[in-house]
Amino acid sequence: MTRLTVESVGVQALLEDHGRSGLAHLGVGRSGAADRASYDLANRLVGNRPGAACIEVTLGRLAFTVDATVSVAVTGAPVAIRCGNRAYAVNASFPARAGDTVTLGTPAAGLRTYVAVRGGIVGQEVLGSVSWDTMAQLGTPPLRPGDVLQVSHAKTDWPAADVAPVAAIGTGLLDLPLLLGPRDDWFTDEALDRLANDEFTVTPDSNRVGIRLDGPVLPRHRSGELASEGVVLGALQVPTRGRPTLFLADRPVTGGYPVIGVVPQSGVNRAAQAVPGTRIRFRPRRR
Amino acid sequence: MTAFPASAPVLRRCGEAAWLLDLGDNGLVHRWATAVRKADLKGVSEVVPGLSTLLVTLDPDVTDLATLHAALAALEPGPETASEDERHVIEVRYDGEDLHAVADLTGLAVDEVVAAHTGTPWRVAFCGFAPGFSYLVGGDPRLRVARRDESRVRVPAGAVAIAGEFSSIYPRVSPGGWQLLGHTDAVLWNPAADPPALLRPGAVVEFRDVTG
Repeated sequence: MTRLTVESVGVQALLEDHGRSGLAHLGVGRSGAADRASYDLANRLVGNRPGAACIEVTLGRLAFTVDATVSVAVTGAPVAIRCGNRAYAVNASFPARAGDTVTLGTPAAGLRTYVAVRGGIVGQEVLGSVSWDTMAQLGTPPLRPGDVLQVSHAKTDWPAADVAPVAAIGTGLLDLPLLLGPRDDWFTDEALDRLANDEFTVTPDSNRVGIRLDGPVLPRHRSGELASEGVVLGALQVPTRGRPTLFLADRPVTGGYPVIGVVPQSGVNRAAQAVPGTRIRFRPRRR
Repeated sequence: MTAFPASAPVLRRCGEAAWLLDLGDNGLVHRWATAVRKADLKGVSEVVPGLSTLLVTLDPDVTDLATLHAALAALEPGPETASEDERHVIEVRYDGEDLHAVADLTGLAVDEVVAAHTGTPWRVAFCGFAPGFSYLVGGDPRLRVARRDESRVRVPAGAVAIAGEFSSIYPRVSPGGWQLLGHTDAVLWNPAADPPALLRPGAVVEFRDVTG
C-alpha cells in the first residue's frame, strides 16, 4: 500500500473531506474542507471519488515524501510545487515517483491549498468523516512532521481532463452575495444601507470557524438577547458589541446573536481563501 | 404561497439551503422536530432545535427551498407526548467549586441549592457549544445566576453547571464560564456510540443527589 510521510506542515495541515451531516442537533457541525470547490476539484483531477480525504494546507509550506508512484493534484491557493527535482503547476495532476518529496511554496494569493493523491488518504474516521473540526476537536488530529499516512482506494476511472481552468484567486476587493435573513429585521435601515455600501476587512482573528470582520457598526432597532438558534454555513452573525463574524466550515451549530444574512456556498468557498486585510463588499438581496 | 394552518410558524429563510421555523416555545420546537423527522422529507439534511426555533437544512443536490417550504407547510406537529419522551436520571455529587458562590448569589443555603437543582425535571432545549453539550431548561427559577465573571480554562468532563436559565453537564474537558455545582460519572459523549450524545434535544433529565 502506498504511504506518504509528512516532512513539514507549515502553519497548519489538516485532513478534510465532505464532513459530517445529520449531527448538528447533537452539537456536531459539518466541518470538512473550508473551500469546497477547490477540494472537489483536487479529487476530480486525480480521479478520486467525491468525498475522498485531502490535505488542507494553510499558507502552504507542506512537504511530504511518497514511497510509491502516485498521481497528485494541488488546487486552491496557488503555490509553487516541487516534486523531486521537477516543478509542476497547480490545478493539474502530476506523477510523484517512489521516493520523491513534494514541497509546496507559500501562496501568492489565497489562504488554503488542497492536496489530493489518487486513492485519497486514510484518516481517523469519527462519526463518518476524517475531517478535523477545529472547534469540536473531532476527527484526525492536525498533521505533524513524521506522520505516515496510508493512501486509500477511493478512486474512480481516470479523469477525462488532467488540467482544469479555474478562476484565479484575487487579492483585490472580494464581492460576496448575501441573502438577507433570518434576522435582518433586528437591524435598522441604516445598518442595511451600510451592509450594502460600506467595505469590511478580514481581521487576523479568523480561522476555520469564521472570519471576524472590521467594518461599520450595524445598529439594531431592537434590544435584548436572541434566544439561541441554529446557525448555517455562511451565516453573518452580528454580536451586540464587537465585530461581525462570517461563519465557515467549523462554525458553532447554535448561536445567540442575530444573523443578518447568509453567504451562499459559492461565496463561502471564496471567503475561505481571504487572507487578513482582504476587503469585502457584500451584495445583499432579499431572494 | 402555501397556506399554513392556524398554528403556523413563521418561516425565516436562512440562505439558499435552510428554513428557520420561528415557533416561540421550546415545547413546540420538539413537537415540530419530531414531525419533521417522522415525515422523512426528501433532501432534509439537518433538523436543529434552538430555544424557540427549529432549523431545517436541505441538501441542494436533492431538493430546493420552495419544495421544502411546501413540504413543511403540509406538516402539523403532533400533540404533546410527555410519556414518549426519553428520560434520564443523572447521579450528581454536589461538590462543585462554585456551589457556595451560587448559594451566596441566590440567597439559598447550600442544601437548598441542591434541593432546587434536583427538585424539578429539566429538559434538553437544544445542543451547542461542544459535541454533546445540552442546554437544559425548566429548572427552579430561584437558581438563575449569571455566568462567572471569568471563564475557566479547564472544566473537567462531567461537571454539572448552571448559568442563566440553563443547566448543563460538560461532556468533555473544555473551557467554560458556567457555575459548577458538582459532577457526575455519567458518560455524556462517546463518538463510538450511536447516538454519540446521551442527552438529546427533547429528553427529560432528573438530577439525583449522591453526595453522600
